[in-house]
Amino acid sequence: MNETITVPTNGKHPSYLDYQGKHKGFLGWILSTDHKRIGILYLISILSFFLVGVTFGFLIRLELIAPGRTIVDPQTYNAFFTLHGVIMVFLFLIPAVPAIFGNFFLPILIGARDVSFPRLNLLSWYLYIIGGLLAILSIIAPGGAADTGWTFYIPYSVRTGTNVIYALFAAFVLGFSSILTGINFVTTVHRLRAPGMTWFKTPLSVWSIYSTAWVQVLVTPIIGITLLLVIIERTFNVGLFDPALGGDPVLFQHLFWIYSHPAVYIMILPAMGIVSEIIPVFARRTIFGYKFIALSSVAIAFFGSLVWAHHMFTAGMSDTGQFIFSLLTMIVSIPSAIKVFNWTATLYKGSIDLAPPLLYVLAFIFQFSIGGLTGVMLGVLSLDIMVHDTSFVVAHFHYVMFGGAGFGIFAALHYWLPKMFGRMYNIKVAKNTFWLVFIGFNLLYFPMFIMGWLGMPRRYYDYLPEFHIYHLLSTIGSWILILGILIMFSNFIAALIRGKKVNEKNIWGGETLEWTIETPPIHENFLEIPTVHDAPYEYKQNETDIRQFQEVK
Amino acid sequence: MSTQEHTVTYIHRDDIGARMGMWLFLFTELLLFGGMFILYSIYRFTYPDVFHLAAKELNTIIGAFNTAILLTSSLTMALSIAAIQRNQKSLSIFLQFITIVLALGFMVNKYFEWGAKFSHGIYPGSDVLLSKPAGEIIFFGLYYVMTGLHGIHVIIGIVLIAIMMRFTSKGIIKSDSYVKLETIGLYWHLVDIIWIFLFPLFYLIT
Repeated sequence: MNETITVPTNGKHPSYLDYQGKHKGFLGWILSTDHKRIGILYLISILSFFLVGVTFGFLIRLELIAPGRTIVDPQTYNAFFTLHGVIMVFLFLIPAVPAIFGNFFLPILIGARDVSFPRLNLLSWYLYIIGGLLAILSIIAPGGAADTGWTFYIPYSVRTGTNVIYALFAAFVLGFSSILTGINFVTTVHRLRAPGMTWFKTPLSVWSIYSTAWVQVLVTPIIGITLLLVIIERTFNVGLFDPALGGDPVLFQHLFWIYSHPAVYIMILPAMGIVSEIIPVFARRTIFGYKFIALSSVAIAFFGSLVWAHHMFTAGMSDTGQFIFSLLTMIVSIPSAIKVFNWTATLYKGSIDLAPPLLYVLAFIFQFSIGGLTGVMLGVLSLDIMVHDTSFVVAHFHYVMFGGAGFGIFAALHYWLPKMFGRMYNIKVAKNTFWLVFIGFNLLYFPMFIMGWLGMPRRYYDYLPEFHIYHLLSTIGSWILILGILIMFSNFIAALIRGKKVNEKNIWGGETLEWTIETPPIHENFLEIPTVHDAPYEYKQNETDIRQFQEVK
Repeated sequence: MSTQEHTVTYIHRDDIGARMGMWLFLFTELLLFGGMFILYSIYRFTYPDVFHLAAKELNTIIGAFNTAILLTSSLTMALSIAAIQRNQKSLSIFLQFITIVLALGFMVNKYFEWGAKFSHGIYPGSDVLLSKPAGEIIFFGLYYVMTGLHGIHVIIGIVLIAIMMRFTSKGIIKSDSYVKLETIGLYWHLVDIIWIFLFPLFYLIT
């Protein structure tokens, strides 16, 4: 693990983008163990899979625009929602924030040169790619794309003739990639914080990525073994879950949700960290309740791991079990609410600048609150039995996962991309696009609350005419949303090609360590490891550089 | 560009970090097997009588012999670390070699044990097994899956220890830098300890 720092005599260090290591060109990227380059590799691959997932989502909505057959047959429709789920969950939401922004910024935020295990880091990207290829294989291989839904419920996942094994194996490999990232980040945060950076001086996104990493380490092995057992079950007829051979399919559901509910927090926690990072910068004041936000991440990680059975209230469980899981579900909402209140308290009397990152963050708070409160509703036993498996549930988790985590990722892209590439996107376009994305999102998912409440089941191919108006609105919403996302991405790509160059270290006036280094960062991040004296987000009055970013605009 | 570049070598070495990463990984391994131990306990609770009878069909002597082999291999692994700490390179390599030999012995025993069951037609999906009661299908299903996954871990361990032997002979692992050998040793002890749980669950509790 020796690293040689070449110090050119002209004193100018090449940025990580220009750095010439052992390998050149393309190989210099795919064989690089530099956490920043790996972050970029993840950025490109994860956003590509996001667009694939968006395409499937678009096709689902298009099919549902009118009752009866519109574009595809029911079997293809089943494959669409399965692939939409598998890709969005395993290939986009779970890895997105930790693997892109965690990789790129975690070491910088704690004042380190790299993560603890750089080669393991690169390995986890390769595993991600292998998992992605397996997912694609499950679409194109003969036998037909998997049609079980992303939950792979037994016994259907053992009986169906489609390519479930590829999809299962994809999720298994991706889980392995996720575990390795988690181990890496936990060790990095413990071992590589800069001198003087005590736990309560670490930035809040580090706290949330750290909590997430623990969840990744603790629950991903369970889904790993469960999916592996389904593969074995399909291949060798072992009978561990198949009721025909004496197995218990509800046991599969338990094991599946022991991972997949905490996975929800793997998706949302890092996005919450980004929100905590962005709000103080654009409100120009110290974050309100630092310790509470930091510790609520840990509390969410802890309680979130104990609520899995609330997905199974209708699957057959004792009354005591239902009561306990219902109670625990409501307890998780407390640390989430602590965060929301602290964020709004930070905005109060702040000197707010409605820059694109903050717009997405505000939308996050709005949508996450709707998603979170409907989550508490779903935790109520009587109500859950009524709306279980309706599009009310679909609306709820899209408000949390997309309206929350997804918008958090968009906010992070607007916040950190200029730092990563040293080029600024068109801020005016970004602000206008935000409204397209925001309106499109709410038009897409809000009607689902209403029709779910009225009894529209989820995953259905056909529906009664009385639901037509809601489906129509929802589909129109999906067009607006996708248009917005495409403009957003084009804005980024245009910025990378011919955007205004930014050389200022501190683009937005942030107080965390990434704003003290070059833009784009040099290969070594820090020539000298900094010593940290102050807590993050300590805004001092009359500081001149606070408004520096105005000139960038 | 200047031709008068000079270089500063920055060495990142963090043995505590490396050990910490390995412990975390071992923790995930425990959870991986933990999922199957949950299945075992639930099905044992569901089918107590059938599990009792099925367990009698396993050969306790081979199982006990394999337990002894694996425990000894853990000892030789620990001794090889002690040897490299005392700068006794060839002794360390020899002890690692013995560990591999013992691990191979374990796998050979496993092969004969599985082979005997196969020859009686007891394997997942076989007609003989499928005609038996549900609890027995699950008992042998768990038996094959759990010992099979453990066997895969033994094979991975053999490969890793072989790599460590090469590292030791090339001097990458030496008396003041042996964290690689130490972490692989930790992995090997995990493989051992999982067997320590599998053995009573399948062979002894009847």
